[in-house]
Amino acid sequence: MMRIKMTSRIAGALFLLASAPFAMAAGGYEGLESSGINVHDLASVQRGAGLFFNYCHSCHSAEYMRYQRLSQDLELPEEMVENNLVFGDREITDYMKTSMQAESATAWFGKKPPDLTLKARSRGPDWIYTFLKSYYMTDEGWNNKILENASMPNVLWELQGVQRPIFETHTDESGTTHSEIVELRLDQPGLQSPEEFERTVRDITAFMEYLAEPAVLKRERIGIWVLLFMVAFTFMSWLLYHEYWKDVKK
Amino acid sequence: MAKPASNLSRQVDSVGQWIDQRIPVSSFWKAHISEYYAPKNFNFMYFFGSLALLMLVNQIVTGIFLTMHYKPDATEAFASVEYIMRDVEWGWLIRYMHSTGASFFFIVVYLHMFRALMYGSYRSPRELVWILGVFIYLVLMAEAFMGYVLPWGQMSYWGAQVIVSLFGAIPIIGDPLVEWIRGDFFISDATLNRFFALHVIALPLALIMLVVLHLAALHEVGSNNPDGVEIKKNKDAQGRPLDGIPFHPYYTVKDIFGVGVFLTLFAFVIFYAPEFGGYFLEPDNFNPANPDVTPEHIVPVWYFTPYYAILRAVPDKLLGVVLMGGAIIILFFLPWLDRSKVKSIRYKGWGSKIMLVVFAITFIRLGMLGVAEGTAAETIESRFWTFAYFAFFVLLPFVTKYEKTKPEPERVTK
Repeated sequence: MMRIKMTSRIAGALFLLASAPFAMAAGGYEGLESSGINVHDLASVQRGAGLFFNYCHSCHSAEYMRYQRLSQDLELPEEMVENNLVFGDREITDYMKTSMQAESATAWFGKKPPDLTLKARSRGPDWIYTFLKSYYMTDEGWNNKILENASMPNVLWELQGVQRPIFETHTDESGTTHSEIVELRLDQPGLQSPEEFERTVRDITAFMEYLAEPAVLKRERIGIWVLLFMVAFTFMSWLLYHEYWKDVKK
Repeated sequence: MAKPASNLSRQVDSVGQWIDQRIPVSSFWKAHISEYYAPKNFNFMYFFGSLALLMLVNQIVTGIFLTMHYKPDATEAFASVEYIMRDVEWGWLIRYMHSTGASFFFIVVYLHMFRALMYGSYRSPRELVWILGVFIYLVLMAEAFMGYVLPWGQMSYWGAQVIVSLFGAIPIIGDPLVEWIRGDFFISDATLNRFFALHVIALPLALIMLVVLHLAALHEVGSNNPDGVEIKKNKDAQGRPLDGIPFHPYYTVKDIFGVGVFLTLFAFVIFYAPEFGGYFLEPDNFNPANPDVTPEHIVPVWYFTPYYAILRAVPDKLLGVVLMGGAIIILFFLPWLDRSKVKSIRYKGWGSKIMLVVFAITFIRLGMLGVAEGTAAETIESRFWTFAYFAFFVLLPFVTKYEKTKPEPERVTK
């Protein structure tokens, strides 16, 4: 158990090393906060799974993912997944499809809520993290700083509380004025403190990162062994090469 | 009384002879492996030929396994790739080996081609080795493009839309030609299906045949080397080149070491950065293809971007397509554009050295501009580098003919 933790820590470090030069490349969105997730933090992903089922899955599908996979990867007993997460007449081997009908979804939100399986890969985890934290209230109602006029309601508002925007106006060279949100200020506290809420959003994001690529857990855990093998192999082949080439190089 | 072991080895020998009398296995092995004499002064740049072959094998083997689970159907393709990533045992590894392999194949091929530019490996008598190589490069680009369409994500779809519509710039036959390629009035299920057929059968077959010819031509004339000296000019009494060493075991063990280093890097990307920051697997391709939603920013995968930058540098579509095609076609003429007395950059003059460095910078810079958003300033810069790209080929005959070169040594150095 200790060893697995150690390898996943090394795996995480290698991943950071690999991804650092491309911080901007994926997605290319501006003004995102770093989500700071760790997909190898099992407790965080487990909490995220719970939150996902409570707050997201009633409207959103994850149609490429099977319920059963959750129990295998996240060390949740199948019975527990079956009783708590798989609703209605669905089986644990089914794909995670929402029970909401497309027609009613369109009637309520203007369009069918998008599938969430791969959002952490198409948008990036930082986008999800920042998006979920960026809802605010004005006299016109709810809005989101990252995705203006988002059709998704602020499902986490009870936890977060109500944020209000602080605007700043600029006048550009052509004389037109723009007002820009510089800050979202918590106006009415929610059930969670800002720190607790950040953790909540981070857990959801970590789960969605896992959801987008369940193989990430195994991939980053075994990768280090593959690399160690390759280094040893390369060293042996170098010795062999030098042995053979002695007579060429004399 | 014979010992059982030697009895066995005699039996193996007689089976070998039986086969050899019927098919030339051992003479083939001798001619191309154990008694194929390669110059002994190969350097780092000479690893990329065998690595390209390794990547071809990697793509074919992983491709076979992907084909077992992939569904070439517009309604199922995207989900079938996710099925491979989730439900197929080790499917994610096979898929990443294939997707990372495509990018690594191009890295290796570009370095392999650059090696040829450095040491004049396209010069007589190796013109056909080079020309067959350019054909391999062309088929590889078609192969990679069609492979990229198969996951049927947004970039697959819209990339196909952009690239296929380029043929529409051809006067008169353009529009019907585009329709004929797509098999429909837009990129659709019919397009996906035929691209699958071409990707898994037609183009790999063409690739393998071209690689066989490329190697046959190479082994006929013998390998070039960093000095550009023909090793066949100096032979010993048995007719073996004095500066040559048998490919096996010397270059087989050396290439195995190269493979080790290469696969370590390959494994690092597969296990820790398979998307490679959005360059190997683009973020938007994790959204299923949607003909109704055009992505804001359609960019081809990195290995096409130098040519894409040339295309975008030209305001006229037809002229852009002509220049883009011309940028590749002009490579065929390289053996006759270089008129230097020496082959290798080591003995060429300053003019050639500067031109080669500028050409490398040009290609990389065009590649970077090809992934950029295409602002006005970037377009102007692309024009500059497009001009530089063609200037290399236009100036080459003059610079190589008139510049002062160093004398080529009689024998290879080191």
